[in-house]
Amino acid sequence: MKFGVVVFPGSNCDHDAYHVISKHVGQPVDFIWHRETDLRSYDAIIIPGGFSYGDYLRAGALARFSPVMNSVKEFAAKGNLVLGICNGFQILCEAGLLPGALIRNRGLHFICDHVNVRVESNNTPFTHELKAGGVLRLPIAHADGNFVCDDATLDELRREDRIVLRYCDRDGQITDAANPNGSRDNIAGICNHERNVMGLMPHPERACEDLLGSSDGRDVFRSLAGTLAAAA
Amino acid sequence: MEPITPEVIAAHNLTPEEFTHIKELLGREPNLVELGVFSVMWSEHCSYKSSRIHLKRLPITGERVIVPPGENAGVVDLGDGWCAAFKIESHNHPSFIEPFQGAATGVGGILRDIFTMGARPIAALNSLRFGSLDDPKNGHRNRSLLAGVVAGIAHYGNAFGVPTVGGEVSFDDAYAFNPLVNAFALGLVRKDQIFFGKATGVGNPVLYVGAKTGRDGIHGATMASAEFDEEALEKRPTVQVGDPFLEKLLLEACLEAMRSGAVAGIQDMGAAGLTCSTCEMAARAGTGIEIDLSLVPQRETGMTAYEMLLSESQERMLIVAHKGREREVGDIFRKWDLDAVVIGQVRDDGRMRVTHNSEIVCDVPVKALTDEAPVYERPMKPMSLNAGSADVSSADASQARVPPLSQDISTGSSVRADALNADGTSALPANTSPQNYNEALLHLLSSPNLASKEWVYRQYDHMVRTNTAVLPGADAAVVRIKETRRALAISLDGNGRYCAANPRAGARLMVAEAARNVVCVGAQPIAITNCLNFASPERPEVMWAFSEVIDGIAEACRAFNTPVVSGNVSFYNETEGRGILPTPVIGMVGLMEDVKRVIQPGFKNAGDFIALLGATHDDLSISEYASVCGVQSDDPRVPTLDLEAELAVQTACLRAAEAGLLRSAHDCGDGGLAVALAECCFSSLNREVFGADLDITGDYDLATRLFSETPSRIIISFDESSLGDIEEVVAAAGCPMTLLGNVGADRLRIESDGEEVIQLDVAELESAWRSSLKDKLQAEVLAAGAE
Repeated sequence: MKFGVVVFPGSNCDHDAYHVISKHVGQPVDFIWHRETDLRSYDAIIIPGGFSYGDYLRAGALARFSPVMNSVKEFAAKGNLVLGICNGFQILCEAGLLPGALIRNRGLHFICDHVNVRVESNNTPFTHELKAGGVLRLPIAHADGNFVCDDATLDELRREDRIVLRYCDRDGQITDAANPNGSRDNIAGICNHERNVMGLMPHPERACEDLLGSSDGRDVFRSLAGTLAAAA
Repeated sequence: MEPITPEVIAAHNLTPEEFTHIKELLGREPNLVELGVFSVMWSEHCSYKSSRIHLKRLPITGERVIVPPGENAGVVDLGDGWCAAFKIESHNHPSFIEPFQGAATGVGGILRDIFTMGARPIAALNSLRFGSLDDPKNGHRNRSLLAGVVAGIAHYGNAFGVPTVGGEVSFDDAYAFNPLVNAFALGLVRKDQIFFGKATGVGNPVLYVGAKTGRDGIHGATMASAEFDEEALEKRPTVQVGDPFLEKLLLEACLEAMRSGAVAGIQDMGAAGLTCSTCEMAARAGTGIEIDLSLVPQRETGMTAYEMLLSESQERMLIVAHKGREREVGDIFRKWDLDAVVIGQVRDDGRMRVTHNSEIVCDVPVKALTDEAPVYERPMKPMSLNAGSADVSSADASQARVPPLSQDISTGSSVRADALNADGTSALPANTSPQNYNEALLHLLSSPNLASKEWVYRQYDHMVRTNTAVLPGADAAVVRIKETRRALAISLDGNGRYCAANPRAGARLMVAEAARNVVCVGAQPIAITNCLNFASPERPEVMWAFSEVIDGIAEACRAFNTPVVSGNVSFYNETEGRGILPTPVIGMVGLMEDVKRVIQPGFKNAGDFIALLGATHDDLSISEYASVCGVQSDDPRVPTLDLEAELAVQTACLRAAEAGLLRSAHDCGDGGLAVALAECCFSSLNREVFGADLDITGDYDLATRLFSETPSRIIISFDESSLGDIEEVVAAAGCPMTLLGNVGADRLRIESDGEEVIQLDVAELESAWRSSLKDKLQAEVLAAGAE
């Protein structure tokens, strides 16, 4: 099983994703420069956090034109796993691999904090090792994490059980006070119709060690590796 | 070219004597370009002409020191081939003129200083000082300066991808017209891969890499070397605009080029841009350098040689490559979509020669710009001192808080008291008994200097790179070194009030506090960097305070065996004749052998014992309590620091931490014992609040025992079963220890002589502490976010 971490100019959580895969998941992993187009040797692709192209114009709006993104689309179309974290989620939305958009936080500030998210669906390759309804404590670090979509999209996401994570309080209640950025329906992470592409604003790769304040993110990567192992 | 008239010389901030000296060094009149080059290189900012003779008294050697001051950053040995490169630098002047870009480019500049050494930045911190947020007249401006500076730091650091892990924010009216923005950065580098800003190897090509040159920031260094007048805001064009995305590319490209082995020397283009990098690289290597400005990538047309040499456009570097390998370097930068152009070569003639459109526009000896820059032994005059002397009348003593030049801001404490009244809550009556200490504690915890700085650090990505083992808000930040078991602890500390009252004693206190903060998280202090913020050096009392501060830092650094490896001096922090308090900021770096032994300030377990290492004395006179609660002292003096007692306390805490005996440790500093105890009770990342039951019966009056800011004290908590071992460790270190009580459920209860003096819900205390800054700044949020 081999992972690839895409590196755009301005990616800055690429090292963190790489570290988690190699150290905590214990699997081979490569950095993939954004001009590369051959993804045949990979089993899963991670689009990491950061500020691709400085987030100029709009977060993720320029990265979607990088050569690697056409290959990522083909890769996903074949049913392979693609995980977009933070800026990666923004890029997947801009590239049309996920619905909706991520706009400026409602407080207008960049927010870096630990938040609670509830597992809404464990019926994905990224969350099957998690307990549905369980609460994870994960870091967020973004200025544009306010998920928006139209009513029809929201209905579809709900109907198809594609809302994967929602911001909640520490008891798992979905409240407005627990919504850090104003996201519609407290949405923190979603997947596509085929369930092989997921995007989330929180950083599970920053929550894989107790030393760093939380290890709740480990199960996301464990699920991912488990899915790949089962498929192998 | 414009003739060199006395007006032109004055406009370049050069004195007639300095101009005469330039003519002697050249053996002729300089042309305008050369005059510009001399003016920036001889500016206070670049030449350290007023401070140099004093800085020589700082200790700069030690077994861990690999690169002492003089390079882009200092480097210390961490063991196993790893080194840390770090430095702190001021960006005060630009941040007052344009807070967002001023602060952002301050962060950009210090990050370049770090990766110029070959080190990948792993932590940023900053020390910020503003005028009072509640001031009826200037409060709005002070709040929007804070909001703008914080947004600027977040903008740059977050996008660059370095965690901003801590620092300090404080308020005093002395900074209303001169906010202080000091940026610190630290990077990791292998001992055998350190790079230097040296133009070595005659015939080696000189490459310009990074962003294109524009007309921004021309004469920024000169601007930062003069006081402001009412037209300060017209200097906005001297502030540069930062692009963190470009800097991130520059970082990756530079590190890749360095790994290739094609780079002989490298230097950041910071203050005085192309001029400074060119002649400093030649000076350090004892060579000469020749460049052709026509080859410099430009983003504007029609730029003159003068403009190009003095531009401070950001995100640029000068690289000296090994001859024949310039193409390799160019390829790496092109991969990152950056310019890399050969613009000249290293020569052996000791001259800086610049051509533009085939004409020589500047031809001067490198040494004339660097080694021969003026050095001043400026006159000094002691300001009235009161520390430790009992014969100062109360009237004089209250003035001694601030230097004589800034008498009209010495009303700072009364402004604060007024503001409390404006809130509808009255300031506490002085020296009346019995006092309501519950009220006093709530007041203190919600005062801007002591309140939680969460509003600030929540805007900084403090976790990127997954190394942050202690998040902002603790005594010191801790970042682990992934490749080893070790971690680094970092603390920034300054206190203008102390240094104004007694600069030498104040400076000693700052070094001690910074070391103590690092010890509180379980690290051994190893070295410091410092940022020395002062008013005009042309005022004898300022120069005297500067000299005293140097001696104070030197003395304390010797005691703690923490040499000074880098630093920065910022003079002329004054506006319309009003200067700041003398404000040295100490950046202390500590090393811990095992990151798993890290200690945090918060209590961990109900029933644990709570003890105070060190002894409390009467140090209430210029405390936060005196200031916030309006209690005027007849004898204001800085706390007395006994360096031996300080070392004993630090040794005791460190040994106990290393032996795994401690559950928590917290510096008992600003606000005194009651404030520190409350902070230990507050909730944190993975745990709820705790309470505490304590008995503080002892010498001195109650207010002193609760709020005195005696240094050399640490609050520790530990399991009952560790008491014997801890007593042994503490006794061996020769440190006094007092058992105060136990960790409890959710109330803070303090009694003395059988009477309850404080009894509060910790949740209420925490809410006062946590919401204070946020409430004050709510109005500024939208304005700053819109940037």
